[in-house]
Amino acid sequence: MTHTPSLDRPQPILIMHQVRGGYGDADILQGVSLTVMPQEIVVIVGPNGAGKSTAMKAVFGLVRIRSGAIVFEGEDITGWSPDRIVRRGISYVPQVDNVFREMTVHENLEMGAFLAKGDLSAAYDRIYALFPDLKTKRHALAGDLSGGQRQMVAMGRALMLDPKLLLLDEPTAGLSPKYMEQIFQICRDVRDSGVSILLVEQHAKQALAFCDRGYVLATGANRFEGSGRAILEDPEIAQMFLGG
Amino acid sequence: MLEFINFYIIPGIVIGAIYALGAIGITLIFGILRFGHFAHGDLATTGAYLALGVTTLIGLTPWLSLPVAMILTALLAYGIHRLFYRHLEARPKILTVMASLGIGMMLRSVVQVAWGVDPLAYGSGIARAQSFAGLMLRPREIATLALTLALVATLLAFLRYSKWGKAMRAMSDNPDLARLCGVDNDRVTRLTWFIVGALAAASGFCLGINTELTTMMGWSAMLSMFAAAVLGGVGRVEGAVVGGLVIGLAEELSVLLVPSPYKSATAFVILLAILLLRPQGIFKGKVL
Ligand SMILES: Nc1ncnc2c1ncn2[C@@H]1O[C@H](COP(=O)(O)OP(=O)(O)OP(=O)(O)O)[C@@H](O)[C@H]1O
Ligand SMILES: [Mg+2]
Repeated sequence: MTHTPSLDRPQPILIMHQVRGGYGDADILQGVSLTVMPQEIVVIVGPNGAGKSTAMKAVFGLVRIRSGAIVFEGEDITGWSPDRIVRRGISYVPQVDNVFREMTVHENLEMGAFLAKGDLSAAYDRIYALFPDLKTKRHALAGDLSGGQRQMVAMGRALMLDPKLLLLDEPTAGLSPKYMEQIFQICRDVRDSGVSILLVEQHAKQALAFCDRGYVLATGANRFEGSGRAILEDPEIAQMFLGG
Repeated sequence: MLEFINFYIIPGIVIGAIYALGAIGITLIFGILRFGHFAHGDLATTGAYLALGVTTLIGLTPWLSLPVAMILTALLAYGIHRLFYRHLEARPKILTVMASLGIGMMLRSVVQVAWGVDPLAYGSGIARAQSFAGLMLRPREIATLALTLALVATLLAFLRYSKWGKAMRAMSDNPDLARLCGVDNDRVTRLTWFIVGALAAASGFCLGINTELTTMMGWSAMLSMFAAAVLGGVGRVEGAVVGGLVIGLAEELSVLLVPSPYKSATAFVILLAILLLRPQGIFKGKVL
C-alpha cells in the first residue's frame, strides 16, 4: 500500500485494513478496518468477546496477523515486533495487569522509558504535569494505589517515550464516575498535546459522547462507524450493542 | 547467657547466612524464571569443589580461589540453562522442575567422580576462635558473615538502582508488561543465571569452609534453603536473607527441644507451617 499525502486531506496516522488473525488457528479478527487521524480520539465499543482487545493487540504486534495490513504514518508495520513498534511511536496500555505492582510509581515510569537513551528529566516533568496525583505518590508502590491512580501510572508509563499514538484498553474499567471523567479529561489533554488515541471502552455511552469518532465491533468485524454522536443516536445500534 | 550465644546463636547466624546465599538464588529463579530449582544444592556443592580445585591446582588460598569459583559456577549455571532448561521453556514448568532434579544428580555424580566421595577440607590449619567481649568468633565465621553482607548489599543495590536490576524486578513482577516495555527476556535470564550461580558457589564454599566438603552437603542443605526462600516470600531477596537466618537459628535452637538427629526436620516443619498458614511468606512474595 502506498499513501501519497495530499494537501487537502490529512494523512491518517493509523490504518487497519481488513485485518484477519488471532492467537491460534481460529481467526478472532474477521476483517477489521479502521483509521485514526492525527490528534483524534477514536473509540472502539462492542459486546464482550467481540475482539476489541484483540484488534488493539494486533496493532501492537501481539497477535498473529494472517491477512490485511497495519499502516502507521504511511509505513507498513504489519508483523513488526512490539519493541520495534514502541520505538516507531506507538504505546499500548493493556486491559489488565498494566502496572508493575512491586515497583514504585517512579520506577514504573522509568520502565516505560526502558528503550530510551539519555536524559529523561523532561519526560518525567511532562508526565508529572499531566498527572499531578502521581507526583506526590512517586515513591509509593503501584500495587498500593487506588484503581484510578494505577490507571494513571499505566498511562504515564506508556507516555514516557512520547508516542504519536496511544492505545488504551478499557482505561476506565472498574473506576468510579469521578475517576472516569478524570481519565477522559486526561485523554483530551493528551490529544491536545499532539498524541492520537485509540481506546476500547466498556462505558460505551460516555465514551462515544466524548470521543471524536467511534467504531462498533462485533464478532471480530466492524459493524458501524461514525462520529460518536451519530452512533449514539442510531436507534438500531443503541438497541443491539449499547443496551437500549 | 554468653554460653548460649556462643553455642547456639552464633552458629545459627553463620549457617543462616549460608542458607541465605542459597535461598536468594532459589527465590530469584522462582520469581523470574518461575520454577523451583532442585539442582540448586548441588550447584552449590559444585561451586565449593571448584574452589577446592582452584586452590589445589593454582595454589591460591581458599578465600582467593572463591571469586574464581564464583565466576566458573556462574558460567556453569548459564551453560546448564542453555543446554537443558532453555529447551523446556515453552513447556509446563513441572518439566523444568523434574529436569533440575536430574541435573542435580548429574552434578553430584561429576563431583564424586572428580573428587571422590570422602570428606575433604580446604586446609588443615585449625583456626582458634577469638573472643570479642566474651563472644567467641572464628575468623572463618567472621569472613562468612562479612562475605554474605557484602554480596547481599551489592545485589540489593544492583536490583534497586541499576537499569538491568530494575529489568529483573520488572520481569519478576509482570513479565508480559516487561516485554512490552522492551525488556530483553534472554538477557534477563542470562543475568539471573550468572548471579544465581555465583551466589550458589559462595554458599557452597562457606558451607565447606565452616564444616567440611562432602559431595552430599548441598543436597542436604537444599531443603533448608527452600524453606528459607518460601518463609521470606518467594521472589523477595530481602525475604530470603531473613528466612535463611530464621531457619539457621531455628535449626540450632531445635536441639534444646528435640534430639539433634531431628535438627534437619526443623526446616521441613517450618516449611509446612508457612505453606499452610502464610503462603505469601514474611515479605509478601508470590503464592506458589
Ligand atoms: N490470549 C488469548 N488466547 C486465545 N484466545 C483469546 C486470547 N485472548 C482472547 N481470546 C479470545 O478472543 C476472543 C476475543 O477476545 P477479546 O479479548 O479481544 O474481546 P474483547 O472484545 O476485548 O472483550 P472484553 O470486552 O471482555 O474485554 C474471545 O473469544 C476470547 O476468548
Ligand atoms: Mg478486552
